[in-house]
Amino acid sequence: MAGYTSVTAEDLAIMLDAIGVGSVEELFDAIPVGVRLGRPIDLPPGEPEQAVYAELRRLAARNVSAEDEITFLGAGMYDHYVPSIVDMLMSRSEFLTPYTPYQPEVSQGGLQVMFEYQTAISELTGLPVSNASVYEGPSAVGAAAYLAKLTNKRRRVLVGRGVHPHSRATLETLAVGYGMEVAEIGLDDGVTDLAALRDALGDDVSAVILQQPNFIGAIEDVQAIADAAHGHGALVICAADPLTLGVLEAPGNQGADLVVGEGQSLGNRLDFGGPSFGFFAATEKHIRSMPGRIAGETTDADGRRGFVLTLQTREQHIRREKATSNICTSQALNALGGVVYLSWLGRRGIVELGELILQRTHYARETLSALDGVDKLHDCPVVREFALRLDADVGRVLERCAAAGVNAGYALGRSYEEFGDGLLVAITEQRSRADIDRLAEVLGAAVAAERAGAGAQVAAQVTSSEGLSLR
Amino acid sequence: MTGERSDPFTSQTEHQRERATTIFEKGAPRRRAFRAPELDVPAVEGLIPAAQRRGTPPRLPEASEPEIVRHYVNLSKRNFDLDSGFYPLGSCTMKHNPRLHERVAALPGHARLHPLQDPRRAQGALELMFNLQESLAEIAGLPHVSLQPSAGSHGELAGVLLTRAYHADRGEQRTKVLTPDSAHSTNPATVTMAGYEVVKVALDAAGGVDVDDLRAKADDSVACLMLTNPSTLGIFDPNIEEIASIVHGVGATLYYDGANLNAIMGYSRPGDMGFDIVHFNLHKTFTQPHGGGGPGAGPIAVSDRIEPYLPRPQVVRRAPSNGGPPTFDLDDDRGGSESKSIGKLRGFQGNYGVFVRTYAYIRSLGGEGLQDVSEVAVLNANYLLARLREKVGDRLPLAFGERCMHEFVLSGAPMKKELGIRTLDVAKRLLDHGFHPPTVYFPLVVDEALLIEPTETETRETLDAFADAIAAIVAEAEQDPEIARNAPYTTPVRRLDEAGAAKRPRVREVLPD
Repeated sequence: MAGYTSVTAEDLAIMLDAIGVGSVEELFDAIPVGVRLGRPIDLPPGEPEQAVYAELRRLAARNVSAEDEITFLGAGMYDHYVPSIVDMLMSRSEFLTPYTPYQPEVSQGGLQVMFEYQTAISELTGLPVSNASVYEGPSAVGAAAYLAKLTNKRRRVLVGRGVHPHSRATLETLAVGYGMEVAEIGLDDGVTDLAALRDALGDDVSAVILQQPNFIGAIEDVQAIADAAHGHGALVICAADPLTLGVLEAPGNQGADLVVGEGQSLGNRLDFGGPSFGFFAATEKHIRSMPGRIAGETTDADGRRGFVLTLQTREQHIRREKATSNICTSQALNALGGVVYLSWLGRRGIVELGELILQRTHYARETLSALDGVDKLHDCPVVREFALRLDADVGRVLERCAAAGVNAGYALGRSYEEFGDGLLVAITEQRSRADIDRLAEVLGAAVAAERAGAGAQVAAQVTSSEGLSLR
Repeated sequence: MTGERSDPFTSQTEHQRERATTIFEKGAPRRRAFRAPELDVPAVEGLIPAAQRRGTPPRLPEASEPEIVRHYVNLSKRNFDLDSGFYPLGSCTMKHNPRLHERVAALPGHARLHPLQDPRRAQGALELMFNLQESLAEIAGLPHVSLQPSAGSHGELAGVLLTRAYHADRGEQRTKVLTPDSAHSTNPATVTMAGYEVVKVALDAAGGVDVDDLRAKADDSVACLMLTNPSTLGIFDPNIEEIASIVHGVGATLYYDGANLNAIMGYSRPGDMGFDIVHFNLHKTFTQPHGGGGPGAGPIAVSDRIEPYLPRPQVVRRAPSNGGPPTFDLDDDRGGSESKSIGKLRGFQGNYGVFVRTYAYIRSLGGEGLQDVSEVAVLNANYLLARLREKVGDRLPLAFGERCMHEFVLSGAPMKKELGIRTLDVAKRLLDHGFHPPTVYFPLVVDEALLIEPTETETRETLDAFADAIAAIVAEAEQDPEIARNAPYTTPVRRLDEAGAAKRPRVREVLPD
């Protein structure tokens, strides 16, 4: 057993004597016999550090990570390069191991990081107020809907079908508790159907939720949606990919009242889906209804500049059941990664990186849609991700590509029955022109092979390689 | 540092206390750290329609890599952290964070695994998650686990939504959720978000749930009782069997807030006590570093009757027909169109990086090691309590009972009355002694509360030193209470104007155009 305790026999004798009991077991006397476990916990025995390392290494080796293949998989999380200073700063004890900054005098580092993070998110989103982060993207969308409910007491939420399927699903789950009803607005040629939105809007609509760029990669007209929603007094919630906001207009400058989303693309690793952070920004008037922690600037007893957690009367430990949210932590460490990453990218870098990805995305989209049996799913402008239609079984095409060491993307049919032939392809700065050309080669061959009717043979091959060790 | 003026109470110099400057005030125009990869495709104009193209770039910092590193390293030095000192923050379980966990979580096979990777190519991750589900089920004494919730508060929300689904499925519309006065403050907030009314249950003289009050309030309008056991008073409720029987008797569910699980492993399990739903705080009991306020994870374990409603996806093990090794999969529809699942609570399948650390911890300790954790946690708490009672028992008495589980609550009320210093003053003066203060003014049921949780990873010497520091602060206040009232003196800043911050919120840096 590799424990982290330190009680020696001598310690134990001294401690029991000070307490005035004869044994450790006696300290548990308050637990009634009827609810006792009465046997040891049934788990495999503990192992020394090197054995645990070996086991975790074995499990890691059974995963095909972005290190092991050329991947174009995105759909909400992206394989961006994480600079070394992010790892280095996130692993410093002083950031890694404190609790929430309840004692501001000895937490100025963490509090100032939150303040800087809030400033960076405010700049990206074009909104004056950001909190110190929430759990992650889809639940941030759900939290935004709750703010809308608290604000205007209306019961309906309209959500565009271009919003991430996980965000829509999370919203459905939470709406049951909020007592809200969720209605979906369909897509028209790749973007939110404005006419359908206008038809669905009414004075009972609390908020309209859209995503920029939307799930199938298309750039939405945020201003047009916001104008329609505001015409009925509804709030506009825009879920955004923050990495694109160097080249795309800030939704806050286009009428969005709340801009929220998944922060993983800002210097956080994939981690099979988490932990990352959700960001949450709002116009000034919503500051006292925000969920989560907010750092604010103040002065100390000597007049020196300092930072504290502020507006805590919103929070549970003061307001209890009347709190604006039950969220009591931020994702402080992940948000630190976010602000360090944004500082590293810098004012020019975020534009340059966005521009590079934009150009490569365009190149990839044109190159791939020129292949036989491959077409664009829509013609809308895109930034970092785009959807294709394949004239072949998408699952089998993906299998063929994977066998060639390329992860071609996300089968849209997993979330959209109407796009059963759809493939969603994501580009990051880690995918070079050569990688894209390789994808074109592999995808073209896979589609051609499937169209030639060799499908059954390959499916059999893939099944036999299950439990794969693809290294 | 010689020649600089220093504060009479500290070793800090004016230089160390200079005005805080943010990263936005550092650097210079056109300075940079990032270098973009070469544009290797033909440049095309007009890819983004003019109306959607950003006109003015966000005013992010413009600084070199050395400047950024120095800025954040210097900021880090303005934090107190668990690796440098004792952090007895009650109900937060500030135990040692093993560095093995950081090493294994950073392996590219875990850290660079995409959440939508085909499950057949994520077998290691799914095996880990499945094994963790099984381990947590054994620890909770409840058979079914969902790893999805992102934090304790998120686990609570999942639990109350599960309760709602359970009652709805039986055609019942219940409206109330009971919580005791000593509950974690997220409990009532969660109840409201899940659409229920909060009804408080009183505590009895011993700090447990007042069973008569519970019986009076428990009827068929009650959906659930949310309870922490041991409570935030550090007391194991001796009436837990009766409480469970009252709650189940009116058809309600019993919810266990797992924040205090560190006290009972190997002795009792929430399932053994009759709970239907439990959330774990992997960042408390299972060593996920707190990160200055996140990330954490709040998996839930439930009984058979709650299982149909669990969130999706669930990790499942499938035995292959050919007798080979089992495979693992994500069950994303939980029964398809017949599914009773409450649905998704977040994106993807949870905070996997936290699961890796938790799994490494459970594999390091095993069942025996987890029992040792609780035994030493309770031993340390009682030892520290004994030392404090011996030294300052009259000024800072134990709020309830004689002994405690893994944490205990002292009341600063006599000290306030007799010496004129408050719990807050003790907390601030502790900073000058190099200790992080306990949780203060919580639980609300104790006047001037100090909630102290030493955890199992502290040595006896540290506990002695902490007791000595508290005693020194009280003795100092007997002579001159002003010292504590104006503390701290040695920290990067002194007491901060929190009221002013809330009145005129400045929540971002003001930047030049």
